[in-house]
Amino acid sequence: MATVDLQEVNKVYPNGFHAVKDFSLNISEGEFMVLVGPSGCGKTTALRMVAGLEDITSGVLRIAGKVVNDETPKERDIAMVFQNYALYPHMTVAENIGFALKLRKMPKANITSKVKETAEILGLTEWLDRKPGQLSGGQRQRVAMGRAIVREPSVFLMDEPLSNLDAKLRVQMRAEVQRIQRRINVATLYVTHDQIEAMTMGDRVAVMRSGVLQQVDHPQVLYDHPNNLFVAAFIGSPSMNLYEASMSDDAAAVRLGSQELALPAADRDTHPGLARFGGKKIILGVRPEHLPAANGNAAAEAADSTLVGNVDLVEALGSELMVHFTIDAHTVVAEGAASDDADSTARAGEGVARVEPSVKVKVGDRITFAVNTAGLQFFDPETELAIWD
Amino acid sequence: MGSRNRKGWRRVINGVNISAFFVTLFIALPLYWLIISSFKTPVALGDSPPQYFPSQFSGANYSQAFVQYDFGIYFRNSLVVTLISTALVLVVGTLAGYALGRLPMRGKFTLMVTLLMISVFPEIALIAPLYLLERQFGLLNSYEALIIPYTAFNLPFAIWILRNYMLGIPKEMEETGRIDGAGPLRTVWSIILPMALPGVFTAGIFCFTACWTEFLMALTFESVNSWRTIPVGIAEFGTPLEVPYGTIFAASVVAVVPIGILVFIFRKFVISGLTSGAVKG
Repeated sequence: MATVDLQEVNKVYPNGFHAVKDFSLNISEGEFMVLVGPSGCGKTTALRMVAGLEDITSGVLRIAGKVVNDETPKERDIAMVFQNYALYPHMTVAENIGFALKLRKMPKANITSKVKETAEILGLTEWLDRKPGQLSGGQRQRVAMGRAIVREPSVFLMDEPLSNLDAKLRVQMRAEVQRIQRRINVATLYVTHDQIEAMTMGDRVAVMRSGVLQQVDHPQVLYDHPNNLFVAAFIGSPSMNLYEASMSDDAAAVRLGSQELALPAADRDTHPGLARFGGKKIILGVRPEHLPAANGNAAAEAADSTLVGNVDLVEALGSELMVHFTIDAHTVVAEGAASDDADSTARAGEGVARVEPSVKVKVGDRITFAVNTAGLQFFDPETELAIWD
Repeated sequence: MGSRNRKGWRRVINGVNISAFFVTLFIALPLYWLIISSFKTPVALGDSPPQYFPSQFSGANYSQAFVQYDFGIYFRNSLVVTLISTALVLVVGTLAGYALGRLPMRGKFTLMVTLLMISVFPEIALIAPLYLLERQFGLLNSYEALIIPYTAFNLPFAIWILRNYMLGIPKEMEETGRIDGAGPLRTVWSIILPMALPGVFTAGIFCFTACWTEFLMALTFESVNSWRTIPVGIAEFGTPLEVPYGTIFAASVVAVVPIGILVFIFRKFVISGLTSGAVKG
């Protein structure tokens, strides 16, 4: 059991590439910390510095309160699960799991019992004599986990451990990894580019872009109160709709193309900073679930805070409809935030709304949304920071 | 589509199989000829037309090789020289291949190109200076006389094979080893070497065959009969007036056996990719 503490850690490669910039992060005992960001953002480098596989250019790394910058991976007492598992192909599952213990010169009988115990936790008991080549992807993944947990490390590091699995297995293993982490209750740093993994698994989530940490918080806080445009766009699926907009002179309404969206006083109070943007440009963010359809509901349609769009596409998911629509405002794309599963071909004025399946809507219709203004997000177009106070 | 619907015989007799049959025949026929001739009597050897399948088998040629000539000694000499050279080449080659393939170091490219140049350098151009050198150091007529140059000549190629093999091993394997607490030598021995075994066997078989069949240096550096190796020994069979073909055939068959056994035992290592299952895929 230990904590991990990174203070202003930098990584500059010999070729001058500054991969990680002034990175500070604290992982408490037993915490499941997910480090998420688009590919190439430096998250794996950060993880590898904690592991000791990569030198720290500057800054301080503490594990269990002790500075470990210059310690070898072995001395840091960490365990790591690699994206490609890196199982020893010539060893059986039992030998793979027990290898680290063997290197520690643990007596054979102890190794056998520890390996058995670990195999039971992971449901690998009947595969102990197999070689990795004879196992399925999910089983290999579990062996890799087993190899890490058998050592009872003080820190558990995982580098995109689920990205080689197929979609269904990934969902299953997501739950399993969490279950195992709770059970061994060790500070964990988990790297992924998949924001859904980050949201579902992390106690806290650290979002990273271009080597810089953007925000660290509980998943729900990230979702509800993103610090900046990048976090807002990166977290959530489908992602937040972002439009170029401008505030009315009295800052009581938002102009979005040819439409005007009134902001109730209560919402203006939660974003007092908006007052400074009277008559100025802002970026407006609306989550798809904050755009309920008002079609057929006269009272809702007549309300001040409505938005009218043209329906381009309707995806029926059973429990809800994903309505893709267009309005006459410019869409904003946060640089680098387009995740793999996001729609990267966003056209001007496009947006997505999550709508009740009972709503009758088809392509070509005009749709009126009764905007849930409490969920609106506002960003400064210059700094890209969220506007709160 | 077509190939699946073919009738049974079409599956056996098709272009690929027929070509394979003739290629095999082409390669195997001399070997067959060597083996059956080694069992023929001197008279039967001179038959015209030749006997494609001998009417009687005789072991006389074999006993002659071992009794009348010193084939036993040559065999032992060859075995000692070849095994020690191969072992040295593999030990040094594996370590060098690992260093060149996996470790960060300066001048790697220059080193690899130099090795390549050395490995294609014609042996015959070095015979004379090597002879003088060996005479100077009193190495002529000893096992070292061949072991040292054999190791040197076969190392570059072995290093190339092993280095390329090491390059294909994912770097995560070593990183996992480091995290598990394995030092550099332990990593090479317990993780890298087992994964590189197919490469080691391939290099080993090449080196073994090269040493086993080497003629020029063996002829030059070992002038005393008791130090001769098989290729030179067989060449010296007979007298200027008589060439004992049968005995030469018999000795050659015995000489081929170790290579045959070696290839047979290790074929699956050489062919199979032992790395399967290490990582995804």
